[in-house]
Amino acid sequence: MDLSFVAIQALNGLASASSLFITACGLTLVFGVTRIVNFAHGSLYMVGAFTAATLVPWMLELWFGPVSFWLGIVISALIVGLLGVVIEVLLLRRIYGAPELFQLLATFGIVLVLQDLVVQIFGPQDILGPRAPGLRAPVEILGRRFPSYELVLIAAGPAVLAAVWFVLRKTRFGTLIRAATQDREMVAALGVNQALLFTGTLFLGAFLAGLGGALQIPRVAANTGMDLSIIAECFVVTVVGGMGSVPGAFLAALIIGQLQAFGILIFPKSTLVVVFLLMAVVLAIRPYGFFGRPEILGGTHAVGIASRKPMARGTLLATIGIVLLACLPLIGDPYLLKVATEILVFALFAFSLQLLIGVGGLVSFGHAAFFGLGAYGSALTVKWLGAPMEAAFPAGLLLAALGAALIGAFVVRLSGIYLAMMTLAAAQILYAIAFQWVEVTGGDNGIVGVWPSNWVAGRSAYYLLTLALTVITVLFLKKIIESPFGYALRAARDSEPRAEAIGIAVRQQRWLAFILAGAGAGIAGSLYAFSRGSVDPSLLGIPTSVDALTMLLLGGIQTIAGPLAGSAVLHILRDQIMPLTSLWRLFLGLSIIGMVLVFPRGLVGTIRQWGEDRA
Amino acid sequence: MSLLAVERLNKAFGGVVAAHDVSFAVERGEMLALIGPNGAGKSTVFNMIGGQLPPDRGAVLLEDKAITLASPQERFRQGIGRTFQIAQAFHSMTVCENVQMALISHHRESRAIWTEARQHHRRDALDLLSQVGMAEAADRSCSVLAYGDVKRVELAIALAGEPKLLLMDEPTAGMAFRERAALMDLTHSIARTRRIGILFTEHDMDVVFGHASRILVLLRGEIIAAGSPAEIRENAQVRQAYLGNAPALTGAP
Amino acid sequence: MTPLLDIQGLSASYGRAQVLFDISLQLHPGEVVALIGRNGAGKTTTLKAILGLVIARAERLAFKGQSIAGLPTYRIARLGLGYVAEDRRIFTDLTVEENLEVGRQAQRAGRSPWSRERLFGLFPNLAEMRGRRGSQMSGGEQQMLAIARTLMGNPDAILLDEPSEGIAPVIVQAMAEVIRAMKAEGVAVLLSEQNWAFAAAIGDRACVIERGTIRFAGPMADFLADEALRAETLGV
Repeated sequence: MDLSFVAIQALNGLASASSLFITACGLTLVFGVTRIVNFAHGSLYMVGAFTAATLVPWMLELWFGPVSFWLGIVISALIVGLLGVVIEVLLLRRIYGAPELFQLLATFGIVLVLQDLVVQIFGPQDILGPRAPGLRAPVEILGRRFPSYELVLIAAGPAVLAAVWFVLRKTRFGTLIRAATQDREMVAALGVNQALLFTGTLFLGAFLAGLGGALQIPRVAANTGMDLSIIAECFVVTVVGGMGSVPGAFLAALIIGQLQAFGILIFPKSTLVVVFLLMAVVLAIRPYGFFGRPEILGGTHAVGIASRKPMARGTLLATIGIVLLACLPLIGDPYLLKVATEILVFALFAFSLQLLIGVGGLVSFGHAAFFGLGAYGSALTVKWLGAPMEAAFPAGLLLAALGAALIGAFVVRLSGIYLAMMTLAAAQILYAIAFQWVEVTGGDNGIVGVWPSNWVAGRSAYYLLTLALTVITVLFLKKIIESPFGYALRAARDSEPRAEAIGIAVRQQRWLAFILAGAGAGIAGSLYAFSRGSVDPSLLGIPTSVDALTMLLLGGIQTIAGPLAGSAVLHILRDQIMPLTSLWRLFLGLSIIGMVLVFPRGLVGTIRQWGEDRA
Repeated sequence: MSLLAVERLNKAFGGVVAAHDVSFAVERGEMLALIGPNGAGKSTVFNMIGGQLPPDRGAVLLEDKAITLASPQERFRQGIGRTFQIAQAFHSMTVCENVQMALISHHRESRAIWTEARQHHRRDALDLLSQVGMAEAADRSCSVLAYGDVKRVELAIALAGEPKLLLMDEPTAGMAFRERAALMDLTHSIARTRRIGILFTEHDMDVVFGHASRILVLLRGEIIAAGSPAEIRENAQVRQAYLGNAPALTGAP
Repeated sequence: MTPLLDIQGLSASYGRAQVLFDISLQLHPGEVVALIGRNGAGKTTTLKAILGLVIARAERLAFKGQSIAGLPTYRIARLGLGYVAEDRRIFTDLTVEENLEVGRQAQRAGRSPWSRERLFGLFPNLAEMRGRRGSQMSGGEQQMLAIARTLMGNPDAILLDEPSEGIAPVIVQAMAEVIRAMKAEGVAVLLSEQNWAFAAAIGDRACVIERGTIRFAGPMADFLADEALRAETLGV
C-alpha cells in the first residue's frame, strides 16, 4: 500500500463523508427542534437526486455552463425544502406530542408514499445525471487521477457546516432554533410562533437532504432504493454524533467516511460491519454519542400492556378459536390455507415484538433481524449441512436467539429513540451481509429449495404445524408476560428509577427479553422459510420490520390479542389492494399515517375502549 | 457503629462544586432532614447515597461496609429503600401488584417465568398496604390514584425490601397541606417501630421542624450546621443564609 | 377602570385530579398583585393556565379586554403578557445576549421603554456577562436574566412565578427593587409567592390561594392584619 493509494482512499473517504454529513445534518437539525426522527429524510434525499437528475440536464440544454448546473442543484434542493414544508404542515404538526413509535411509523408512511410517487413522476428507471461542466477532467494527485468533482464535494461539507453554523449562531432564526431545541414551551411563552419555527426548520432540514441527494447525480444514478440505504447511514451518523448536534454529525461523518474508505480493505464485502463496530464502541463509552445529551430524547413512550382482570370465559373463547382454526383445512381451499399460514406466521412475528414493545417499552425498529436470522438459520442448515427440517428449525431459533443476544447486549444500554434507531441499523447491517456475502447466502437471489419434511409437505399438514407452533409459542410468551419476569420488565418500562431502586437488574432483564423475543421471531422466520421454500435478504429489510410494527399498532399495543388481529387485517388489506392497483405502497403508507392519527390505540384497543366507555 | 456514614463526599460538575467534604451519619430510628436553598447540593448528596451518581471523592458506608460505588440494585439488597421527589410507581399495575413486584424482587424471583406474578406474596403486600393505609385500594390501578396516595404506595414499595435505611427525596412535595402531616406522622411511626433510619430532604419547613429528629443544613455544597430543630432554629448563620430571609428583607410584621 | 387581566371562574385539572376551582382575580394596569399560597396550592398552575400552558376552562379569561381563552401561548405573549417561569428556564446553551434576543418581539419593539441597553442598566450584573452562557450563571443571575428576557418583549403585564424561591437573601432584596422598577414603568405584575413577607413588601393587593381556591382577595394591609388567615392558610 503506497502513499498515493492511501491519499486517494482518504480523499474518497472525505468525499463520502461530505455527502453523508450534508444529508445527516438536516436530520439532526430537525430532530433537535421537533424531537421527531424523520424516517422520510432519506426519501427527501432520493427526491432531491431524482429532481436534480431530471432538472439539471434540462437546464444545461437551455444554457450550457457551470451556472446552469449549480443553479439546477440549488433549485432541486429548494423544491425538496418545500416538500418538507408540506410534510410538516400536513403531518408532523399533528404528532409532535405522540409516542415516538407512532412518530417513526407515521414518517415511515411518508417513505412508502414517496416511493410510489417518485416512480409515478420520474419513472421506474435509474437516472444518471450529467457531469458538472468545468469539472469533467480528473486532477492528478501524487501520480493518481482523482475526479475533480469529488474535490468540490470535499469542500461542500465544511461549507455547509460553516453555513449552518452561521445560521444557527448569527441569525435570529438560529437563536430561536437553539432556544427551541432546549425548551419549546418557554419559547412560546416569550411570543415566538413555534409553528413557523418548526416549518422553517423542516424547510432547512429538507433542503439539506435535497442538496445531499442532488449533489450525488454525477456520481450515483438516482434510484428507488437510495432512500432506505441513506437513512440507515444517517441514523448511524446522528446517533454516533449525538442526536441534535451538528458538529457531532460532522465529526461522525468524517470518521465513518474514513472507516468506509479503508474498511473496504479489511471487509471488502461489507463496510457496514466496520461502521457497526465503531458505533458499538462509541455507544458503549458514550451512550448519547459524541455531543448528545441525555435529556434530549424523542416523544413519550407508548403506553403498553396494563394489568386488567382476566376476561370472563377468555380461556373458553381462545380454545374455540384454536379449534376453529384447526378445522380450516376441512374447507380444503389451498389458497386460503396459504394465506392463513402466512397470517399465523406474521402474527407470531408481531407477537414476539409485543414482548419488547408492549411489555418492555423497548421500541425495536429492527425486529426483522431476528425473523430473517431464523429464516436464514434454517435455510443455511438445509443448504450447507443437508439437514432435514426437524434439525433446521432449532438451528434457526438458535441463530435468531444468538443474534438477539448480541444486538440486545448493547442496545439495552440505550433508551427511547436511540434504541429504535440502533435496532434498525443493526437489522440493516444483517441485511447488507445477506445481500453481499453471495458465496454463503446467495446474495440477492437468496437460498432456494428449503422444503419441509415429507410428513408436513402437504399444505394442510404444514398449516397445522404452523398453527401448533404458533399457538405453543404465543401461549409461552403470554405466560411470560404474566410471570414475575414479565412484570419486572413492565416495571422497568413504567419507571426505570423505581425498578432499579427495588433491586431489579433492568439491563439484564431487558437483555433476556431481547433473547426471548428474538427466539420467538426466529421460529416465525423458520416457519416462513419452509412455507415458501426459499429465503432472500428482503426478510431482513426495513419493510419487514415495519410490517411487524404496523400489525402491532393496527391491533393495538395494549392488548395481547392485538398482534393476531393486526396480522389478519394487514394481510387481507394487502391481498385486496395489491391486485387492484400498482400504487399499493401509497395506499399502505396513507393507511399507516391515517391509523396513527385516527386509531392511536389500535383496533382491539379502540374497540375495548368503546366497551369501557359504555360500561 | 452508625447505620449510614458519609465521609467527605465531593462532587463537582464542570467547575461548579455541588458537594464539598460532606460528612455526616444517620442512626437507627432517627429522622434526619437535609435542608438548604435550591442549588445547595441536596439532590447531589442524595443521589450519591442512592447510587444514581458516583462521587468524585469520599465514601458511603452502610453499617461500616463501603457501598460508595454500588449500583442502586446492590444498595437495595444491602438494605436501602428510597422514594422519589416525583412519586415513581408502576402505573400500569394495580396498587397491590406494585408492592408484590417489590416483594418479588426482594425475594429474588424476578427471573421466574413459570408462575403468575399476581400469585406471589399477595398477603404480605396487603399487609404492607394496610400499614400505609392503602389496603382498600389494593386492586385499583395505580394510574387512577390521587397523588398523595401514590406517595403512600411508594412508601409501601420501599418498605417491601425491609430496608435499614430509607431515603426520601422531598416526601411531601406536591401534596396537599393536610396530607403532608399524615404522611410524615406515618413515616415517623414506621421509623420508630422498625428502627429504620430515615434521611429526607424537604422544602416545607413545617414538615422539617415538625418531624425531623436532627437537621443538616447544606449551603453551596457544604454542611454549615447540624443539630436538633431547636438548635438549627437558633443558629445565626442558618437564619442569615436560609431561614431568616423573609423578615430580614422588609421588617414586615 | 377596566382590569388589564380579568379572570373569572378558572378551573383546571391534571388528568383526573382537579387542581384549580373557580379562580377569579383581576390585575389592573401598573399594580402588583401577589398570589400567595403554599407549595402545591395551585399558584403555578394558575399562571400557566392564564398563558394556555395547561388546559383550563374559564368563564372569562381576558387581557386588555380581549378574550385569550384557547389562544395559542405565543399569541397571548404577543398581546403583551409576559411570563417568568418558576424554575427560570434560562436557555443554558445560549449566551446572555442570545437569551435576551429570544425575548425580543419585533412586533412590540419601541412600544414601551425596555431596550437591551436599558435592561443592562437595570441589571448591571448581566451587562458584565453578556457573552456568558446561561449554564455558567448562578441561580440569582439566572433569575435576573429570566426577568430581563421577558422585559425585552415590552410586556404590559408580567406573570412572575416565585421569584424569591431558592435564591440568596441579598438577591431577593435586589429582586424587590427590580419589581418596583417595573412597576414604576407601568408594568403590571402578577406575582406568585410562598414567602409572604416578600410579597407584602412589594404587593399592592394580595390573593391567597389554598387547595386550588381563592381564600382571600383584598388590599395587602388587610391581609397583613388578618393573622388568623395567615396561620390557617400558610401556617405562619
